[in-house]
Amino acid sequence: MKLPIYLDYSATTPVDARVAQRMMPYLTEIFGNPASRSHEFGWKAEKAVEEARKHVADLLNADPREIIWTSGATEGNNLALKGAAHFHRGKGRHIVTVKTEHKSVLDTVKELERQGFEATYLQPGPNGLIDLEQFKAALREDTILVSVMMVNNEIGVIQPIAEVGEICRARGIAFHCDAVQAAGKIAIDLARLKVDLMTVTAHKVYGPKGIGALYVRRKPRMRIEPQIHGGGHEQGLRSGTLPTHQIVGMGEAFRIAKLEMAADNERIRSLRDRLWNGIKDLGEVTLNGDLERRVANNLNVSFAFVEGEALIMALKDIGVSSGSACTSASFEPSYVLKALGRSDQLAHSSIRFTLGRFTTAEEIEFAIGLVRRKIAWLRDLSPLWEMHQAGIDPDKLEWAAP
Amino acid sequence: MSAAWNPMGYSEKLIDHYENPRNVGSMDRSDPLVGTGMVGSPSYGDVMKLQIRVNTKGVIEEARFKTYGCCSAIASSSLATEWIIGRTLEEAAAIQSTQIAEELDLPPVKLHCSMLAEDAIKAAIADYRAKQPGAQSCLSH
Repeated sequence: MKLPIYLDYSATTPVDARVAQRMMPYLTEIFGNPASRSHEFGWKAEKAVEEARKHVADLLNADPREIIWTSGATEGNNLALKGAAHFHRGKGRHIVTVKTEHKSVLDTVKELERQGFEATYLQPGPNGLIDLEQFKAALREDTILVSVMMVNNEIGVIQPIAEVGEICRARGIAFHCDAVQAAGKIAIDLARLKVDLMTVTAHKVYGPKGIGALYVRRKPRMRIEPQIHGGGHEQGLRSGTLPTHQIVGMGEAFRIAKLEMAADNERIRSLRDRLWNGIKDLGEVTLNGDLERRVANNLNVSFAFVEGEALIMALKDIGVSSGSACTSASFEPSYVLKALGRSDQLAHSSIRFTLGRFTTAEEIEFAIGLVRRKIAWLRDLSPLWEMHQAGIDPDKLEWAAP
Repeated sequence: MSAAWNPMGYSEKLIDHYENPRNVGSMDRSDPLVGTGMVGSPSYGDVMKLQIRVNTKGVIEEARFKTYGCCSAIASSSLATEWIIGRTLEEAAAIQSTQIAEELDLPPVKLHCSMLAEDAIKAAIADYRAKQPGAQSCLSH
């Protein structure tokens, strides 16, 4: 077993060796521009791009013509939200989204607000899930666009996308879903889900970084305005020369995901449950996000009475994410955990473990041992833990402001 | 260990104090020879408890600390205990946060940790003095 151990698969995944193999010839041999219609170099590249498009569409149960290549999730979310808002601005100017969305959604909606749109940010419940009644109440006559993610990147909870889709469709509101953390982890059936726009990316599904796709529904037809103009690629919705090797990689990654998702999930879920069972008895350990409505690979836990930066330094033999922005001067706790109602302290002392295709039982055993040792060590150092042990609640004491 | 992982650019000395903190522990705060200082606040991310045991000559014989906080806070309080053992109360009270910051090469965003350590020393001394028979309200700091 090699240290450090990677347990941050929701940040990114390694490219699967099979995917890398498949990509290689498209860098050197089959290098043509897929837009070159006048020779075989171009035709071969175009064929590979279209095969990949089919694999991506297949994982989502969509039509290949509904798949638009992008550079990744940030571009996909920008194109979907700005594209839909700009196209439908004549119908209204109200947008509904959720406080716990990814920054590439929230910051894009903020930009649309600067452009004159109005936005409502839904408050999720303490388990991270949105309330459908609250959602319905937030819709207005002039609501033109809704954006709700399928799976949250920090806490892994699965939002009620089918229900949100039904509500939007019944009112003729465009519905965008960021499915970056869902693709390859849960089944997505766009023949059933009433989603108009869906963002996915390759690098969370064992594909390369720098390539993603935006699903744009054909029936009923979803219209968006392009945000990048040029050669009219991708039905005019996203100009720019297609990166054939990246696209081939994404296609192969999504093809493998469709085949192996069920088996991968079962194995990963049992490892994740083992990890949770191995640390939950440490005391004052809080699981963040609903345990049932949650993807198999995510465990997000707050350890009370230890501080975030010291914790992440203590756990440097495992690559995990922290709810504390410990490398920045601002020292901002996770806005997702804050939205769930966690205190600053618990948000700071949270750790996100995300497992993946290459996580082993041995690695999980090591992680459990390390977390147990380091939490015990940091708590032994913590005057707050000492108070807690003595039956004093540190939060009830009067503390002088610094 | 992957020793290279050090996003804050901490000095070796600081990392050593964080990984091997000196004088961790607690003493009986009701002991008349023990002074206890507790500074900081949980919501701001740092709480330091620093305790001293003072002998009849006014020399700090023993020091203990517990800190909830970032690596810099843990290291600053560890270093503070190391520096005050064997010193008179007057000498200990003269320790400046800037000296702690310099010794550990604290990044600018972490300077408050050294200030908290200075405050913790002074609070422990004040608590000790307040406990002594005939304690006067006029303290030397």
